[in-house]
Amino acid sequence: MTATATPARGVSGNILTSDTGGATRLASAPFGHALIAAGERDSRIVGLTADLGKYTDIHLFAERFPQRFFQVGMAEQNLIGIAAGLARTGWVPFTTTYCVFATRRAYDFIAIGAALGRANVKIVAGLPGLTTGYGGTHQGIEDLALMRAIPNLVVIDPCDATEMAQATAAAAAHDGPVYLRLLRGQVPVVFDPATHRFAIGAANLVRDGGDAAIISTGLMTGRALDAATTLAAEGINVAVLHLPTLKPFDHEAVLSLLARVPRVVVAENHVIHGGLASAVADAVADAGLAVRLQRIGIPDCFCESGSLPYLVRRYAMDAPSIAAAVHRVLDPRPTPG
Amino acid sequence: MNATLQPRVADPVKLAAVAQRLRLHVLRMAERVGQGYVGQGLGISDLLTVLYFHFLRHDPQRPDWVERDRFILSIGHYAIGLYAALAEAGIIPVDELDSYGADGSRLEMSAPETLTGVEMTGGSLGHGFGQAVGMALGQRLAGRDARTVVLMSDGELQEGSTWEAAMAAAHHRLDRLIAFVDHNRQQADGPPERVMGIESIPDKFRAFGWHAQRIDGNDRMAIVAALDAALTAPAGMPRVIVLDTVMGCGVPLFANREKNHFIRVGADEWAIARRQASEVA
Repeated sequence: MTATATPARGVSGNILTSDTGGATRLASAPFGHALIAAGERDSRIVGLTADLGKYTDIHLFAERFPQRFFQVGMAEQNLIGIAAGLARTGWVPFTTTYCVFATRRAYDFIAIGAALGRANVKIVAGLPGLTTGYGGTHQGIEDLALMRAIPNLVVIDPCDATEMAQATAAAAAHDGPVYLRLLRGQVPVVFDPATHRFAIGAANLVRDGGDAAIISTGLMTGRALDAATTLAAEGINVAVLHLPTLKPFDHEAVLSLLARVPRVVVAENHVIHGGLASAVADAVADAGLAVRLQRIGIPDCFCESGSLPYLVRRYAMDAPSIAAAVHRVLDPRPTPG
Repeated sequence: MNATLQPRVADPVKLAAVAQRLRLHVLRMAERVGQGYVGQGLGISDLLTVLYFHFLRHDPQRPDWVERDRFILSIGHYAIGLYAALAEAGIIPVDELDSYGADGSRLEMSAPETLTGVEMTGGSLGHGFGQAVGMALGQRLAGRDARTVVLMSDGELQEGSTWEAAMAAAHHRLDRLIAFVDHNRQQADGPPERVMGIESIPDKFRAFGWHAQRIDGNDRMAIVAALDAALTAPAGMPRVIVLDTVMGCGVPLFANREKNHFIRVGADEWAIARRQASEVA
């Protein structure tokens, strides 16, 4: 990964400038560079895209390894099918498209072609949740719910450029199918690459506190940390548990935190049903814990198109909204909804 | 021409005997469960005979031999035919055929890739073709000259993913890929021309950049000749062979009855079917 504020050639714009989670540094195309590094270590790695090479940063891999890159055109079912065939002949295919196309169009192919037989297929999907203002056709708002429901599939939602790069390496090393949400282009750096360690299935307690907890995934962890800083200034100490892997789910980290701090805000860049909040609620209910829980995420609707700063506020996904939700779980009165 | 593309000489007498044994295996499996895709299994026995006992380079002692030619059964419900071929080829035990479709058996009604000799899990139609394209790409990238053979059905051509795969195979010039289409004119809701017309199948593939042939799919020597022609067809084009087949072929009792996707067989009919399959070579 290259930590730089200078856009690499051909890398499309900064999709997160609306809200960088307090990050002041940006890194260019962390997935593309990490995939090249993985490809240099492992000659079995090949790349495929469905006509979105330049928009998913995999064009960098294609330029470095032209013989190991396949264009399949606008055909997402075939993207996954061909990848499964490549995996069955010994290759490690990384496929790219957008979340909406991978999960809505190619669902059966991911379930049967990749997951059922544990084919070594990596699905790297761009524009997760509200990272584009393009509207309902392109915003991947329910992909985590869909992917989390499929057996055998690892589901990852990285926070920043550091984790995007580390998760790419981890996906390459993992023998089996992986769905990895993609942060492309100029990506904020929230975690220090020198100290942060991503591992599949492991949560990271990135800040401790005893008054309330925020459990977050993906880019929402940057905002959760901002909210925690604001709350600390008010004398409220909040723990932030970052959960980049939705599946397998780190039950132990979640339950040990909530047993200690049974007031939690769950924040995700996704609809509030079927994703992280649902997974946390399942774990809490199975364990019989009494926990006050507030959800931050996209409500049960398709989002408008518009600028990202507007949309993030419109759907109460920003740091002040997370801080307000912490106040609600700390309020001793019964909370509605 | 590459030596590995040289057609082999086929022995019609041997192939006839094998095809008859495959049909008897199919009947044995179907009779034990009292149902199953017996019509499909009988109809495709001639192709599977030619593939496993003439064309495919494989080693029954090493089913995972990396240089093997791969056969992909996209139509997973034809498993009954594949199991017969795998057993006759010595890849799975013949006695295991008795467990076809039974609870807890490896021989599920639709062929699962957990079973030795099954390259991928078909059954959700429209999957096998794309995976075959990926395997053919993978073999070429690895520098192997192995062939990839995929079997689809006529109704399966209605899936849009079929044409995504057809386009990609031609675009990537996969001339070691051979697709078969079993045109038995029966899908779940009736004949394709009533459900959703798909003709002309060879013309559609030619328009996509394929070398296409159409033959009597129950004529084993015609299949041999079509494979020979496929091997010597112009380089750079994937090959398709459309098989006009008769469901239940080899058992007149079934072949001549009004067709359905799922043939119903009376308890007293199995003995007749076995006798007919033994007579017809």
